Amino acid sequence: MTVEAPRRTLAPVVSYPEALAPTPTHYCPGCTHGVAHRLVAEVIDELGLREDTIGVASVGCSVFAYNYFALDFAQAPHGRAPAMATGLKRTSPGKTVFTYQGDGDLASIGAAEILHAAARGEKITVIFINNAIYGMTGGQMAPTTLAGQRTSSSPLGRDVATQGYPLKMSELLAQVDGAAYIARQSLHDVVHIRRAKKAIRKAFEVQQQGLGFAMVELLSSCPTNWGLDAQQALDFIRDEMVPAYPLGEFRALAKVEPGGDGHAGAKEGR
Amino acid sequence: MPRELLKGNVAFAEAAIRAGCEAYFGYPITPQTEALEHMARRMPELGRAFVQAESEVAAINMVYGAATAGVRVMTSSSSPGVSLMMEGLSYIAGSRVPMVLVDIMRGGPGLGNIAPAQSDYNQMVKGGPHGDMHMIALAPATVQELIDLTVLAFELAERYRCIATVLADGSLGQMMEPAELPPMREPRPVEQRPSWALTGARGREPHAITSIYLDPEEEEAYNRELQATYRAIERDEVRFEEERLDDARIAVVAFGTAGRLSLTAIEAARTAGVKVGLLRPVTLYPFPEERLRRLAEEVDAILVVEMNAGQMLTDVRRATRERVPVHFFGRTGGVVPMPEEVLDAIYELQDTLVPEEAMA
Repeated sequence: MTVEAPRRTLAPVVSYPEALAPTPTHYCPGCTHGVAHRLVAEVIDELGLREDTIGVASVGCSVFAYNYFALDFAQAPHGRAPAMATGLKRTSPGKTVFTYQGDGDLASIGAAEILHAAARGEKITVIFINNAIYGMTGGQMAPTTLAGQRTSSSPLGRDVATQGYPLKMSELLAQVDGAAYIARQSLHDVVHIRRAKKAIRKAFEVQQQGLGFAMVELLSSCPTNWGLDAQQALDFIRDEMVPAYPLGEFRALAKVEPGGDGHAGAKEGR
Repeated sequence: MPRELLKGNVAFAEAAIRAGCEAYFGYPITPQTEALEHMARRMPELGRAFVQAESEVAAINMVYGAATAGVRVMTSSSSPGVSLMMEGLSYIAGSRVPMVLVDIMRGGPGLGNIAPAQSDYNQMVKGGPHGDMHMIALAPATVQELIDLTVLAFELAERYRCIATVLADGSLGQMMEPAELPPMREPRPVEQRPSWALTGARGREPHAITSIYLDPEEEEAYNRELQATYRAIERDEVRFEEERLDDARIAVVAFGTAGRLSLTAIEAARTAGVKVGLLRPVTLYPFPEERLRRLAEEVDAILVVEMNAGQMLTDVRRATRERVPVHFFGRTGGVVPMPEEVLDAIYELQDTLVPEEAMA
């Protein structure tokens, strides 16, 4: 009598998300855009949304995001992605619509569009990459540049007396009643990357549930324009950015059962 | 449909709804605000999209987003508001998605005033947006024509995947006239949206709608496609109206309200025995080049009348190759010319012509 050895199959340790296109990116070595792209793609796969999602790329390093996601995509003028996403979502309410924006795009030229998309409670998800600098144009000061941080347009370090203070978009948007989920996470190490993915997932689930506007701010690296190597850049996020930009959920509305109170069918919960 | 007494701004908004417009995004600005107000009430009751945007910049980008979804979409504004839309219009032209814009022009430059003007001609016809691009520009002279051209704008925008604009002045937006609205056309079902639209990549390759081509050769190839579309528009979509040109020695060339009030002057001049007629371009882009070329052979003089300082004038001079004297009468800053003033300009011009008896 022979005993058949149990067949063992290896579960894949690493696979490629379906929502990610198998295209090499143009991002610099050590840049965390690739990590952020992958997290978004994994979440879209896990929620089974790949064929019902429309992305809106912005202007900045992620202008070509549509080449890297296997999703329908529009490419917006600088700062206007939330307005385009509004037009898309209002005419395709059954679809999942998200924007992917950098800090110059979202916090500077597009400050009005993001604020009012949140105020209207647009049922869109915003992925906000905060790397404290303008990447694509070569390292100029962003609204999120840290006090004292040297950039090509703040060569002596950002002087808050003349160049203003870093803008904390998550804290700002958390004050807006139309916002259903606002969180800031970081991509500087594995633990934080896992937390970032959880936040991204919530930001898409909030849209699925029709609760309102959702944004995840991701503290990200820009080794090229920071003049640091990849590891130093991750350390810079941990040591300089996280203290200036605290991590966590700033607003998280939970769905309530019919008959419950709270605005727009939702109540605040942490 | 029975004729109703309709205000221009309400008429074109309702005409858009009946043309199957599924989404409207706008921002209040005089003298077009009644259109936004009409949409605010009607669109939600029909289950269609309406958003009062935070700015014209946002409004045009909401239009852009909805256009990528493949629905009939429009915005309307007035001169300073339209200036704010230029960036979005360039992207929309560069992405080849259809949309309709109605510009109810007012006096300028700057904040100007809220009186009727035609001073956005250069911006809308010559391109205010950056890049090698055109927008179809339709110029109505009556509330009825405002209705009809709004419906046509949706059809042309879709046929050519381009921007179609309706260029009317504040008096047309504000005046009430009897007019007939078109029958209601329901928006097309979601599953019948165009094949290029962003609908989620279900069972097909993903689509990207973008206007960026980093490789200059690739951008040029794309520009060639755009230009081919513009040549087709210039060939097939020229529209104009003629009045009493058969035996005319003087042709008045005027669009929109200026054309309409010129006709009053022309009728008066005819009564006095002056052989004068009207050529009224209905499409400003495409411009009636060929008709003007022929007109230069047919008449002894041309009088361009505009509610601006002479913007279409340069196009008339170019199209007629200055083979005939081209004179100009215009009022600016929101002043609407009186037919009597145009009549005086016709008489003045008549006096410069060699008498017909002398030519016999």
